[in-house]
Amino acid sequence: MKNTLQCDCCQKANASVFFTQIVDGKIKKLNLCKECAVTLGFDETTSYDLAENVQGQSSSFSGLNSPFTCPICGFTQTDFKKTGRLGCSNCYTVFESHLLPMLQNMHKGTHHKGKIPARHRLRISRLQELNQLRADLEKAVKEEEYEKAAGIRDRIRSLSDLEHE
Amino acid sequence: MKPAEFLAKPSQWLIGDGPEGNIVVSSRIRFARNIKCKPFPGWGKRNERLEVLHIVWPVVENLPQMHDALSVGMDSLGMLEKQLLVERHLISREHAAKSIGSAVVITPEQTLSIMINEEDHLRIQALLGGFQLQQVFSIINQADEYLEDKLDYAFSEQLGYLTACPTNVGTGMRASAMLHLPGLFMSEQIPKIINSVNKIGLAVRGIHGEGTEAMGNLFQVSNQTTLGESEEDILNHLQKVISQIIEHEKNARLSLLEKRLNFVHDTIGRAYGILLHCASINSKEALNLLSSIKLGLDCGFFPSHFRQFIDELFIEIQPAHLQKFFNTTKLNPQERDCLRAQFIRQKLSHLPPPSFLHSSNQPPPNPQNN
Repeated sequence: MKNTLQCDCCQKANASVFFTQIVDGKIKKLNLCKECAVTLGFDETTSYDLAENVQGQSSSFSGLNSPFTCPICGFTQTDFKKTGRLGCSNCYTVFESHLLPMLQNMHKGTHHKGKIPARHRLRISRLQELNQLRADLEKAVKEEEYEKAAGIRDRIRSLSDLEHE
Repeated sequence: MKPAEFLAKPSQWLIGDGPEGNIVVSSRIRFARNIKCKPFPGWGKRNERLEVLHIVWPVVENLPQMHDALSVGMDSLGMLEKQLLVERHLISREHAAKSIGSAVVITPEQTLSIMINEEDHLRIQALLGGFQLQQVFSIINQADEYLEDKLDYAFSEQLGYLTACPTNVGTGMRASAMLHLPGLFMSEQIPKIINSVNKIGLAVRGIHGEGTEAMGNLFQVSNQTTLGESEEDILNHLQKVISQIIEHEKNARLSLLEKRLNFVHDTIGRAYGILLHCASINSKEALNLLSSIKLGLDCGFFPSHFRQFIDELFIEIQPAHLQKFFNTTKLNPQERDCLRAQFIRQKLSHLPPPSFLHSSNQPPPNPQNN
């Protein structure tokens, strides 16, 4: 830690917004520049676990040198820092490794458990079945039930073929 | 339907008594949806936003529920009309600031509203009076199922519905209920309730959502997170918490009537006095006093047929609605406060003074007084 108070998020500008949160008796402090404070929603008073949120986010972003750019919409990592929003749905794939730790802090989990649009349902149920069959296959091989394993293998093949149609 | 014709009708969610209508003003759910690989509205250039609008708008208009709907581009709505829609909770403040490239489609009874190119390509919202989140969910889900068949939604197996802001990813669902909590306010329990609701991962907000002040003892309780739980789990959790708040509010009212009856009478009587005799009043004060009148109705101090009348006033005294009623150009705050006072005095001229005899231990009123 340097003596001058630097923004914990962008680590460039001087911090002018100071946030202190006490969780279970432990003190968490955040120093932010005005711009990052607005981006991260610190101008509002929410009792959400903000300190955790930002710390998770800054650590996942700060270690990066090469700038990521979405090939579909041209959105960059810097744009995300600025706006707190993404450019298009493909950005979720491009920035996945940085988004996941952030989502983990923000939400109850990192796996969607809700409804699935009808056009994705068949594909997703096939994928789930494939995963289950692969687990079954491993188990069958382990238990030396080779006949059963062969049957499962054939089922996996036919499902995979469907997938590639 | 033309905006003028549409706005002449009241919102259905305000009419009639929904379940627990004394405490739960309305139940609302919104879904955030986007088209695959098209830039989100905040990032896309004007022509890209228009391209999305041209794909989405006709599909939304073709929804069976949208027969005879208000369907209008944000560039062809005036400031006043936009503000009226905000005050009725039919579009967001953010959407009201949009112009070319954005649109809104709303059913004639004003229960289903779809904003195109707000923060996401689609913001679908359903709204009903009273505590009925399940019914609201079936309205919105029916619309969503129609749309997902015609539009290629941005969806990932792991992250669910992909949204412009990562705080909405997953179900893209925000469910909320608007609660009227004068009992908890008068017994100074609001901070305690907000605190405990926040602790379990739900949000409490003011009357117009995020970042707005609580007025008229109206509080919006909603889910905060959208990923890692199914819609059903989110709704069940929210419903459980809201049911508990309803119980707390009922208990607070009972205990006030039992232990601090004079304080309750005084609060309601003063509200009546000021509302019927003021010459200038701002929105905040008016809403807070109307909240006391509404409590008075719930306690039987006013005839029950005034209920809808009072509920409508909560919307009608807001700036754009006043301006429309008096058919004037934009008013400055002082002029508006004077007109608001005049409007309220006029509207309440038939409301009899509160009758405190029914509820106290004193003998019932003389029937000749009727």
